[in-house]
Amino acid sequence: MDEHLKTELRKQGIVATTLQELYNWGRKNSLWPLNFGLACCAIEMIAASMARYDMARFGAEVFRPSPRQADLMIVAGTVTKKMAPQVVRLYNQMAEPKYVISMGACAISGGPFKQGYNVLKGIDRYIPVDVYIPGCPPRPEALIDALMTLQKLIDKQSLTGADRPRHLQAEAPSEFIVPRFGAHDLEPPQNPEVWDAPLVNISLAGTDDAGKH
Amino acid sequence: MIAATEPVRILSKSPTDDGEGQFLEVSMGPQHPSTHGVFRMDVVLDGERIVKLKPVFGYLHRNHEKIAENETYLGSMPYTDRLDYFCSLTNNWAYALAVEKLAGIQVPERAEYIRIITAELTRFQNHAALIGFLTQDMGASGTPLMYAFRERETILDLFESLTGARMMCNYMRFGGCRVDLPAGWLDHAKQFAATLPRFLDEFERLLATNEILMARTQGVGVLSKEFAVNAGVTGPILRASGVNYDLRKVDKYGIYDRFAFKIPLGEHGDTYDRYMVRLLEMRESLNILNQALKDIPDGPIVDPKTKIRGFKPKPGEAYGRIEAPKGELGFYLISDGTPNPYRYRVRSSCMMNLTVLEELCIGRNVADVVVILGSIDIVMGEVDR
Repeated sequence: MDEHLKTELRKQGIVATTLQELYNWGRKNSLWPLNFGLACCAIEMIAASMARYDMARFGAEVFRPSPRQADLMIVAGTVTKKMAPQVVRLYNQMAEPKYVISMGACAISGGPFKQGYNVLKGIDRYIPVDVYIPGCPPRPEALIDALMTLQKLIDKQSLTGADRPRHLQAEAPSEFIVPRFGAHDLEPPQNPEVWDAPLVNISLAGTDDAGKH
Repeated sequence: MIAATEPVRILSKSPTDDGEGQFLEVSMGPQHPSTHGVFRMDVVLDGERIVKLKPVFGYLHRNHEKIAENETYLGSMPYTDRLDYFCSLTNNWAYALAVEKLAGIQVPERAEYIRIITAELTRFQNHAALIGFLTQDMGASGTPLMYAFRERETILDLFESLTGARMMCNYMRFGGCRVDLPAGWLDHAKQFAATLPRFLDEFERLLATNEILMARTQGVGVLSKEFAVNAGVTGPILRASGVNYDLRKVDKYGIYDRFAFKIPLGEHGDTYDRYMVRLLEMRESLNILNQALKDIPDGPIVDPKTKIRGFKPKPGEAYGRIEAPKGELGFYLISDGTPNPYRYRVRSSCMMNLTVLEELCIGRNVADVVVILGSIDIVMGEVDR
């Protein structure tokens, strides 16, 4: 419908909308996060839900302890190799539609603990991440910004068409492989369905291939 | 309530071989709203009663000690922030103290005062937040935690204007502190300290005589004096059992001998005493804070003779310990004369205090486990390291 006509109608007390808009509006303003903190970032997550920052303004204050009731998983903190299977299993237990915010340097890439033998180098190796927040730890404002970014993403989703969200595609998976402890490391070390390996621009200075990449 | 790490099992035989009936083995955690991080307890239940409790650690093992052994001495200072992430400044201090002992560095007077001011502010916000979490676990959903976090945010504002970061301050240096107090900081701190008695009265009146809180905590999780000492428990938990042991009085590290303050002691060693000791300790922290803010002298904030680059202490070993908000936090260092420590060990207060958990929980109900664990005050960053 024409935006101008819609505004005119609203002045008369008539609200015209589409199913898609209503659906997205409802979903984006009642994101219930999973009550799930891993490390330092969880404290900033709690601070964001407290009086000063007040995530309730964005409809995301209802922290649910059960993954069955949650829409949003905030991976707040270092994911260790011992914890990674549990994180993936919790994600699998969440009902669609579900979203993931990867909060802090550790959840993105291992952060300052990346060199450690027990630290997973980013949760996006196993589950799809919608929004990344850098920082160690990110401020509560950054978390709120990530939430608003996620709301914008949800608002843009269309119910039909090839680019419809995952939960409306019957064939798209909503559960992912839970890694297991192998002889040396987690198996598999990453889930290739989910993880886009970063394109490393290897410096070949001094060789014949220099400048080709 | 039951997180899915392992399926709930029905044990056909009693684990102690003398009981009858069926026992239920439940895995509480690592995802549980009140395990304060990623902590797991394997609990064996007889109905609601705890028969056996096995703590499972390591879900947040971040290789702190191993990383620090490959870092320079100063390079592991930011990692100490992330041990007990509520109290980064006291962690910094304990580590700085260990290195100062190792290399024989003196700390100027102003830096000592700044350290005490920041450490007592840290203790204040830690205890406030802890009481908030503890009461939230008991069902006082929101209000006490909101009050605690309101004060905590103001303290974090002070930390941010001083160190540049809210939580991960990375502020202490060997032989002093990183930067001097910014202009007007002391006035802000004084103004803030003047508002704290009102907050403390309000916070105490809110819950201290609440009937539900008293019913849930009095006589729950009694830790006897002897057992606490034998188990190596330190901090407010030990003092709640009636043992007068506070490193600020015993060791007199820094310049704590210049301040007049009392050590609150409990009588029964139950959860209520642990809660009250923390409330009273906040008042004493405020007391120290006021004295330090009044007396702080001018002068340098770091020992000018300390080398920052190419810092190599002589071969030897040192153990530096302080009274962190959760207990005795110690760093044990062995130097072999190279720029990085040969051995770096953290004596974690939370980890040691957690060892008494099973003893406190046996015979109690499942709901009491949550309260007892809350009153022990653990932070997994420091337990697992």
